[in-house]
Amino acid sequence: MSAAAPTIALVGNPNCGKTALFNALTGSRQKVANYPGVTVEKKVGHLTTPAGRSLQIVDLPGTYSLRARSPDEEITRDAVLGRLGGDVTPDLIVCVADASNLRLALRLALELKRVGRPVMLSLNMMDIARKRGIEIDAARLARELGVPVVSSVAVRRGGTDELLREIDNAVASLAAAGVSSWKAPDAGELRGGQREADRLLDAAVRRGGERDVTTARADAVLLHPVAGIVILLAILFVMFQAVFAWARPAMDAIAAGFTWLGALVGSAPLPDLLKSFLKDGLIAGVGSVIVFLPQIVILFFFILVLEDLGYMARAAFLMDRIMGGAGLHGRAFIPLLSSFACAIPGIMSTRVIDDRRDRLTTILVAPLMTCSARIPVYTLIIGAFIPDRDVWGFVGLQGLVMFGLYAAGIAGALGVSFVLKRLIWRHSVGEPFMLELPDYKIPQAKSLAIGLWTRATIFLKRAGTTILSMMVLIWVLASFPQPPEGATEPAISYSLAAMIGSAIQPITEPLGFNWQINVALIPGMAAREVAVGALGTIYAIDGGEGAAEKIGQIVAGQWSLGTALALLAWYVFAPQCASTLAVIRRETGSWKWMWVTFFYMLALAYVAALATYQIARALGAG
Amino acid sequence: MGFRGRIRALAVERAGTGLPGPELERRLIELGFVEGAEVELLHQGLFGGDPIAVRVAHATIALRRREAMAILVSDEAPV
Repeated sequence: MSAAAPTIALVGNPNCGKTALFNALTGSRQKVANYPGVTVEKKVGHLTTPAGRSLQIVDLPGTYSLRARSPDEEITRDAVLGRLGGDVTPDLIVCVADASNLRLALRLALELKRVGRPVMLSLNMMDIARKRGIEIDAARLARELGVPVVSSVAVRRGGTDELLREIDNAVASLAAAGVSSWKAPDAGELRGGQREADRLLDAAVRRGGERDVTTARADAVLLHPVAGIVILLAILFVMFQAVFAWARPAMDAIAAGFTWLGALVGSAPLPDLLKSFLKDGLIAGVGSVIVFLPQIVILFFFILVLEDLGYMARAAFLMDRIMGGAGLHGRAFIPLLSSFACAIPGIMSTRVIDDRRDRLTTILVAPLMTCSARIPVYTLIIGAFIPDRDVWGFVGLQGLVMFGLYAAGIAGALGVSFVLKRLIWRHSVGEPFMLELPDYKIPQAKSLAIGLWTRATIFLKRAGTTILSMMVLIWVLASFPQPPEGATEPAISYSLAAMIGSAIQPITEPLGFNWQINVALIPGMAAREVAVGALGTIYAIDGGEGAAEKIGQIVAGQWSLGTALALLAWYVFAPQCASTLAVIRRETGSWKWMWVTFFYMLALAYVAALATYQIARALGAG
Repeated sequence: MGFRGRIRALAVERAGTGLPGPELERRLIELGFVEGAEVELLHQGLFGGDPIAVRVAHATIALRRREAMAILVSDEAPV
């Protein structure tokens, strides 16, 4: 038992409004972290009851049973059984149920009773249930079930009063945890539990209408085999546009802010080396990551709205067959789509995939989706090498090449996931696609705001730790050793980065890369588009207005078409992003998968660039 | 579509799934597929009518046909 504040655990089916209830109870007094060793989110909050008691609330991952099937559900099981110890051992379990969908929740409540800890059932979303003509005899249910039953409306002011009062009562006379008689139920026991739940339901609940009318009407269109897919694509198109277009002003402002900050440091009376560290290492490094914050916030805004609305499960339903052909789970669709903006939020959003293998596959292929940081590099090279003319009379050749690069990334991702599923994990059990399609609900602003805040802080924390240290490492490589007195070449030419660039020359020679490209690729590890700036530095072009065009003119004069195409092919596949690798390390909880990603992408990039250059040369473009 | 009936039995050996039979059975029960429950086919996907969305008692569950094969339903005229 915890010494200070009693701990209350919220347990319930997915989509029962548990998180909304958690938000309503704790407001901003919550902390999201990870459970040690796994990537399951640990949400802990605090609240003071009307009686003045201080309580700790833990929001546990949604589940249908304590018979855990995924890492998330294992956490729920272990926390409820007190196996996790520490601050998440519950003194009281509140089983949260969607009042309009009680059947499966009652079976879970019966299972929770066996754990030997005090249990309470909270009938959430009572307002919706009443509106649909569902009458619940709470007193009867409490008597039959043998635990206190209260109703709650998480989204309304005062909607948690009854729950809080009952928690106060319960906590006042808290019994110590008894002996747990829970063990993983077999099919017979589950069946018995469901029969008992159905009996309770018959005894205490009178149902009105069969299905939620709004949901039935909406699904007639949204889940229509053809119209449903068209609408899904339209939603995705808007989402994709928003991530690009709406984020632009904010991104420009952040970039300008960091440039200004850099200039400020640049003009400060400090030693040159310190100035360079602050300006090119710290400020430019952190800035190049934080610039993605607006995209991440917008993307998660859409994801959270769609999730709260209940649409996410439908999107997975619509895409399951299409994704399944490549060995991906239906739920991988949104993370992969997000990766077109940036692989970092994409990888972060794979948390919606329950199965570990499916999630890992998605994380591994997400960086192959053409992220927005590749665009400056693509634009530079395409602008310099691909003639601006139409093919077949109406399609711009430059646009066509751009499209080809996107298509190559998608094909690569599908191919890799296919190989992983069919060859590497072929003996493993495929997770079946089985999920509940919840009734549609209107998203609540408060939950949205809390969700967005959580995502933004997680990202910023990462930018401040792992990503920052990688940026500093890259700065060190590009800055040391310092150029000798009276050096004529740009400073980077004397650095470790240049040495590495020359050292790997024999390896990149068959790709048509010169040492300048090799060197640019190293700071390009910080963020792909930094390579453009690095090329500018190497070819000694001053920054500022029109710098990108000048770089384009120079490389157009110095590189062959084969080299340019090979570099494009390289950029489609290469693991040129330290931040993504850091996030993979963080989300998979292992260095192993980070290195697997790094090396498989490197291998793909090498082969693709090699093939491109050699074929181009054979055709006379080398 | 619109097919209605009552679950007669779970016959997991009929499912063409990679999951071991007892595990599939438990998962189906956890989602409410028990003998006697009323089911109705609500939606199906574009390609091969897969996956399907099924109303079982008071919830809507999406699953693939190969797992749904395990659910034996007795034909029953709509009430």
